[in-house]
Amino acid sequence: MPPTRTRDASGYPGFWRGLRPRKHEGRTAVAAIAFSGTQNKEVLGLKLNELGISRLHKLISSGEVTSVEVTEAVFERIDEVEDTVKAYLFLDREGALKKAAKVDLNVARGEEIEPLAGIPVAIKDNMCTKGIPTTCASRILEGFVPPYDATVIERLKASDAVITGKVNLDEFAMGSSCENSAFFPTRNPWDTSRVPGGSSGGSAAAVAAGEAIYALGSDTGGSVRLPASFCGVVGMKPTYGYVSRYGLVAFASSLDQIGPITRDVWDCALVMNTICGRDPMDSTSADVPVPDFTSFLNGDIKGLKIGVPKEYFGEGIDPAVKEAVLGAVDKLTELGAEAEECSLPHSEYALSTYYILAPAEASSNLARYDGVRYGYRAEAGDLLEMFKKTRQQGFGPEVKRRIMLGTYALSSGYYDAYYLKAQKVRTLMRRDFDRVFERFDCLVAPTSPVVAFPLGDRTADPLSMYMVDICTIPVNIAGIPGISIPCGFKDGLPIGLQVIGKPFDDGTVLRVAYAFEKNTDYHKERPEL
Amino acid sequence: MTTEYEVVIGLEVHVELNTDSKMFCSCPTTFGAEPNTHVCPICLGMPGVLPVINRKAVEYTIRAALALNCQVAKYSKFDRKNYFYPDLPKNYQISQYDLPLATGGYVEISVDGKKRKIGIRRVHLEEDAGKLLHEGTGPKTSLVDFNRTGVPLIEIVSEPDLRSPEEARLYLNKLRTILHYTGVSDVKMEEGSLRCDANVSIRPLGSEVFGTLTEVKNMNSFRAVERALAYEVERQKEILERGEKVERETRGWDENRRITVSMRGKEEAHDYRYFPEPDLVPLEISRDWVEEIQERLPDMPDERQARLVRELGLPEYDAEVLTSSKDLADFYDACVKHYPEAKTVSNWVMGEVLGYLNEKGLEITDLPFRPEDLAGLLRLIDKGTISGKIAKQVFQEMCKSGKAPETIVEEKGLKQITDESEIAAIVEKVMEDNPKVVEDFRGGKEKALGFLVGQVMKATRGKANPQLVNRLFRERL
Repeated sequence: MPPTRTRDASGYPGFWRGLRPRKHEGRTAVAAIAFSGTQNKEVLGLKLNELGISRLHKLISSGEVTSVEVTEAVFERIDEVEDTVKAYLFLDREGALKKAAKVDLNVARGEEIEPLAGIPVAIKDNMCTKGIPTTCASRILEGFVPPYDATVIERLKASDAVITGKVNLDEFAMGSSCENSAFFPTRNPWDTSRVPGGSSGGSAAAVAAGEAIYALGSDTGGSVRLPASFCGVVGMKPTYGYVSRYGLVAFASSLDQIGPITRDVWDCALVMNTICGRDPMDSTSADVPVPDFTSFLNGDIKGLKIGVPKEYFGEGIDPAVKEAVLGAVDKLTELGAEAEECSLPHSEYALSTYYILAPAEASSNLARYDGVRYGYRAEAGDLLEMFKKTRQQGFGPEVKRRIMLGTYALSSGYYDAYYLKAQKVRTLMRRDFDRVFERFDCLVAPTSPVVAFPLGDRTADPLSMYMVDICTIPVNIAGIPGISIPCGFKDGLPIGLQVIGKPFDDGTVLRVAYAFEKNTDYHKERPEL
Repeated sequence: MTTEYEVVIGLEVHVELNTDSKMFCSCPTTFGAEPNTHVCPICLGMPGVLPVINRKAVEYTIRAALALNCQVAKYSKFDRKNYFYPDLPKNYQISQYDLPLATGGYVEISVDGKKRKIGIRRVHLEEDAGKLLHEGTGPKTSLVDFNRTGVPLIEIVSEPDLRSPEEARLYLNKLRTILHYTGVSDVKMEEGSLRCDANVSIRPLGSEVFGTLTEVKNMNSFRAVERALAYEVERQKEILERGEKVERETRGWDENRRITVSMRGKEEAHDYRYFPEPDLVPLEISRDWVEEIQERLPDMPDERQARLVRELGLPEYDAEVLTSSKDLADFYDACVKHYPEAKTVSNWVMGEVLGYLNEKGLEITDLPFRPEDLAGLLRLIDKGTISGKIAKQVFQEMCKSGKAPETIVEEKGLKQITDESEIAAIVEKVMEDNPKVVEDFRGGKEKALGFLVGQVMKATRGKANPQLVNRLFRERL
């Protein structure tokens, strides 16, 4: 039976018609494991670092495996592949094993443990961790050790999460390939000659390569979803205000949001349960109830109305990506959802709006890196020279480019034409979403028009790099939730499906993502390293 | 013929609020702590920190704004003012730009007996910066103390309504008194909790167009404000008289040299790149809250002054002096409650009390005794227990030891001698010892009596009842 499909009044033929996802070949599905519960983990050929959170939680809390064993498995994997992947900027083996041992002790005492207890997590290096260096992959913060924990870190610690270390990113989260790290680029585990996406490239690569069970990233214009898409994992940007930004080193305050990167949607929901919630330390954090996000994961999407914004399939999209995403739409309709094309007419202004607003906020947020109090300080004859040299030597070219863009956009005489105008367009873009959400429960689109590209491919042309985020940026501008899940491959490289939801309806986003995942096998694919 | 000029001055006054904690974090705000002890990641501008608005600071700003007859905004927001300076940890100051908390108020001053309303353009809330320390650090180094960083600060901008340096001083004085009444600030210029910058220009008398203004900074006392403005006005006049033009610039007052010097010109003026603070949500201020604050607002000096005249019959002058600070007015009111002779109390407070405080450089709150003790002292005079002269001695002792007047009189044996026979004996002794003076008096020299009375007082160490002494002499002479 052909999938039911509705059309808009214009009679425009559904442009995804007739496309089917191609079966991917040539990769082993190592995660499709039925764990029998035996103590002999090796006999099954099963590696603990390849399991998901919920499975590990069962194993650890039942005492079948210890958190120390899981943590050691993760660090063994790190030892094995890190030279190739280069996801980590800092490893805290000692701290991780200490925490793991504490969890094991709690289990041995018969105590109940939290869903994330004892499970290794990698943290993007732009979240402050007390006593552990936090560099934002920038020279200017080299040697900086925060005296406090970000709220998300406090929440993870309160849940007895095992923090393995800090992972790589584009400097100050500015970039889409992880090549803007001041230290080294991270490689895509699916093809190490390619980028993992950015800016949370280290987070996504670590999870994809089995160097962490899950990771936290931050998403200002797609920085969680894009690398998740490129690395074939799940990455979610929650509704702006759901997760506290306190302790997340600010890039663009009105757009930044922390989100999970996991192996599957269930794990994503579990991490959301822990990191979401009102924080009195963040005035922009929302005072809304946090549901149990796993309660949305029933696989049922019958009758759900899904919009497919035509603007997201425009010029520059890789035909393979289009094919895979439209195939996913077919899959969803097959599962009982009603999909229909829709329009977000102001999408074409997304990139220009974003590249005014984000740099404007960044130019101010990054002013504090001046060499006076912490981080790098250049030697100089006088104060002004010290300021200039510190920033000249401490920041990389992309960060400088954005500081200059933002400073210009806010300058007297240009403010109205740039910043103010961009704010107005932002309102229009929000209204676009409000309008389509009157008719649809969620939207689906590609996460990126392209798959992972070779290292160095776009570094010389910033605009071509910016274009990679064209499908994710509007979601940040509107402050709404979005998730990227695997939905296919092109020449062995993962393709991401983006599900976008209404504000604070992150549950529906997860519900749709879960239904798709449950009925497909893309997420079970693992890279060979 | 020289041109007559009109002086046009507007003041920008910064006042630190005396909230317990800072504007955006929970650090204490107390003045004078060891450098960098009242700091945390937030006020140090560490990576990743976020501000959270101190509700009390908003309340205090509204209270001050209401006392200055302003309209409180229903909707207000914070903005970032961007500039690099080592005392500003984030290199931007969270301030308010186009939507301040309050606008459109006034302060009434009295100039040569005439009342003048000085407009208040706006009152906004912001965070203070730290302090740079240049002393003892060598020529190439400066130190920063971040204790003050993030202390809530309100900026009160007047309209260009002030017409002389004297008016500027009167306005500033009145502003300080009002703010002190509201209790939102210590308003101490010497501790930096009140700071003042001025915009000064002059124009030919009768002209409608403003002249080019200069901004004058670094005025660290009330006297400095008046002096700096007077200097600046004269400087501008001389420039115009020479047929030259006043340059728009920022000038600093040099207290030692008593001149203003150029700090930066128009070309070097900052572009602060204001934009809405994305880390804070806009404020919506409910009318109920504003009303509640209005209701709890204490009487302002003008109302209180009028009340002293109306209800207690004090002269205008007394009422003005007594209400010049809230603490003084409170002290006076408390005294009158225990001793209802309003004018007598006023004489004592304005004479003895203020005299003592001025001499010692103290505040009314520094007095070691209570208002009821002063009332008690006045009652001792009424009862004839001590003379007015002895009372002044007792007062000095009260200031020193804080003891109750009754105790002092007792301990020092200052009780007035009212026993007629005892004094009569002394009077006779004095007459015996000074026959010449007695002679003079009898010869019509009225003044001689004063000397004789003085001798008795001396002999009794001032304790003899003066009326009695007088009478006894007259009887015998």
